[in-house]
Amino acid sequence: MNHWIIAPVVLPALLAPLIAFVMRHDISLARAASVAGSLALAAIAVGLTILAAGGETHLYRLGDWPAPFGIVLVLDRLSALMVLLTAILALIVVTHAIATGWDARGRHFHALFQFQLMGICGAFLTGDIFNLFVFFEILLIASYGLMIHSGGRERMRAGLQYVVINLAGSTLFLFALGTLYASTGTLNIADLAVRVAQIPAEEAALVRVAAILLMIVFAVKAALFPVQFWLPATYSNAPAPVAALFAIMTKVGAYAILRIHTVAFGPGVAGTEGLPGTWLFPAALVTIAVGAFGVLGARRLMPLIAFSAVGSMGTLLVAVAAFSPEATAAALYYIVHSTFAAAALFLVADLVLTRRGGDALVSVPATVQNGLFAALFFAAAIAMAGMPPLSGFLGKLLILDALRDPGEMAWAWSVILIGSLLTIVGFARAGSTLFWKSTAAGVPASSEKADVAPAGPAEIAPVMATVAVLAALAVFAGPVSLYLEGTTTQLFDRAGYISSVLGPDAEG
Amino acid sequence: MEVIVASAVGVLTSGGVYLMLRLRTFPVILGLTLLSYAVNVFLFSSGRFAIDQSPILSPYGEASYTDPLPQALVLTAIVISFGMTAVLVMVGLGAYLEADDDRIDLDRPGADAPGKDTAQ
Repeated sequence: MNHWIIAPVVLPALLAPLIAFVMRHDISLARAASVAGSLALAAIAVGLTILAAGGETHLYRLGDWPAPFGIVLVLDRLSALMVLLTAILALIVVTHAIATGWDARGRHFHALFQFQLMGICGAFLTGDIFNLFVFFEILLIASYGLMIHSGGRERMRAGLQYVVINLAGSTLFLFALGTLYASTGTLNIADLAVRVAQIPAEEAALVRVAAILLMIVFAVKAALFPVQFWLPATYSNAPAPVAALFAIMTKVGAYAILRIHTVAFGPGVAGTEGLPGTWLFPAALVTIAVGAFGVLGARRLMPLIAFSAVGSMGTLLVAVAAFSPEATAAALYYIVHSTFAAAALFLVADLVLTRRGGDALVSVPATVQNGLFAALFFAAAIAMAGMPPLSGFLGKLLILDALRDPGEMAWAWSVILIGSLLTIVGFARAGSTLFWKSTAAGVPASSEKADVAPAGPAEIAPVMATVAVLAALAVFAGPVSLYLEGTTTQLFDRAGYISSVLGPDAEG
Repeated sequence: MEVIVASAVGVLTSGGVYLMLRLRTFPVILGLTLLSYAVNVFLFSSGRFAIDQSPILSPYGEASYTDPLPQALVLTAIVISFGMTAVLVMVGLGAYLEADDDRIDLDRPGADAPGKDTAQ
């Protein structure tokens, strides 16, 4: 048993109270601790990825209780990949928050940030579905605090809505878990996979109810139509670095659908055969449409980016809905890409908007570094919209290539392609209003310009790093997608997952 | 027993959903609290009903027992929903003090509210 598996949960869990109680009066100490924690998390995540790269499923039994009775953490390639993604994003976001001074505009930013990381990493690593609920609550309660960080009228009201919708989602999660436990008698994901597979199709009504309830809960997290409505208001009113961190939170929902609905209710299970995909596919298509129209109709920059994040979740879940290995490998590539693309957009928007009067999409006279910001926005926007040369193009190409089933090809291809076109138009309109027309609007009087400070290297670096990750993802697309194919093979190997969690005797 | 528990869950859930669809903060908080009561009772029933039984296996003879796991789940759910309700009350109070209004819906986009600070 390798104790490093629990380190991504334990490290932030120990660091956060230390920051909250010991370093609460010293922001520079808290900053140093938070950066050191994020660096250590990244190092641990790299180590775990190397450990998992062999293709073996590693098990961590808490208290050394055997699997269906005790809680287990499971490290396979997928969970290692998601933890690594979280750690890299966290490092970028915390650097940005410190460089722009966002963390000093309210209290306890770094403590909440570490608690959030603990919840996200735990949700990715756990092998127990009730434990998944607990980690969801941890990441949510930290995100409530981060969402209303630094306060303000609109932000508090949007934060209230965010808390209410997520509490309703948590209640639904508990209903789903109760139904699942009543019908199968277990909450361990591997054990669940064994038990659900044994239930004949005509007696599986309760299990189907639980599977769909769970899907609704994860859909709330993943901002899937018809429960996507909280996302634009939340992301556009959250502090920009927090919105960039939230880019991974929607992926937690997508990961949970991938994990639970592949291993427990997935292909080959009589009771729930084909059920998740049937509902997920049309909902994901509508989500793409909602995102695209939102991008086209947005009058402010932050909602525009938020709607583009909704659209990218739709594209991702169209691929997930196929529940086939090829489409899932494409979906994993798109998860990595869309996380960084959304984060890059929010971070560059923060740099631009703090130097403008507001985030309304109107042309005001250009301030400082117009060309640099325009270039960064352009790079992030083409990544998000799916244009070459960045990874968005390859991600969408992989997804389209994987969806060749005649029943879904026409719908999926047309919706994804038209959605991408609308997104490009929306971003082009926003970019030209923000950067080109403002140049044409004339040079402002020097007195107005004086109080706008240009962004220093520390403020530019996180955005640059994010764009560099996107470029690297495009350059190394071959090795990356090869690795992701291995990840998918491991995810779809239900018997392998079950025997490594429950021991070799369990029948899968 | 089944009828009592089932109707209790049903009544609590319907009351909770009704209150949650109100437009003011306080009824919404009450509605979510009712929903969390409903889910706690529901979780209890997920382990099957066994009246007057202890939740531990007896090593002496054939004594039957009630499933202890739902009780542990309910305990966790109670603690979490209690904490979440406290957070919700504080956020609701903060929003009320900031906005002088306890409506739960946002202003319509485009209508510029006074004191808007989205540019931060």
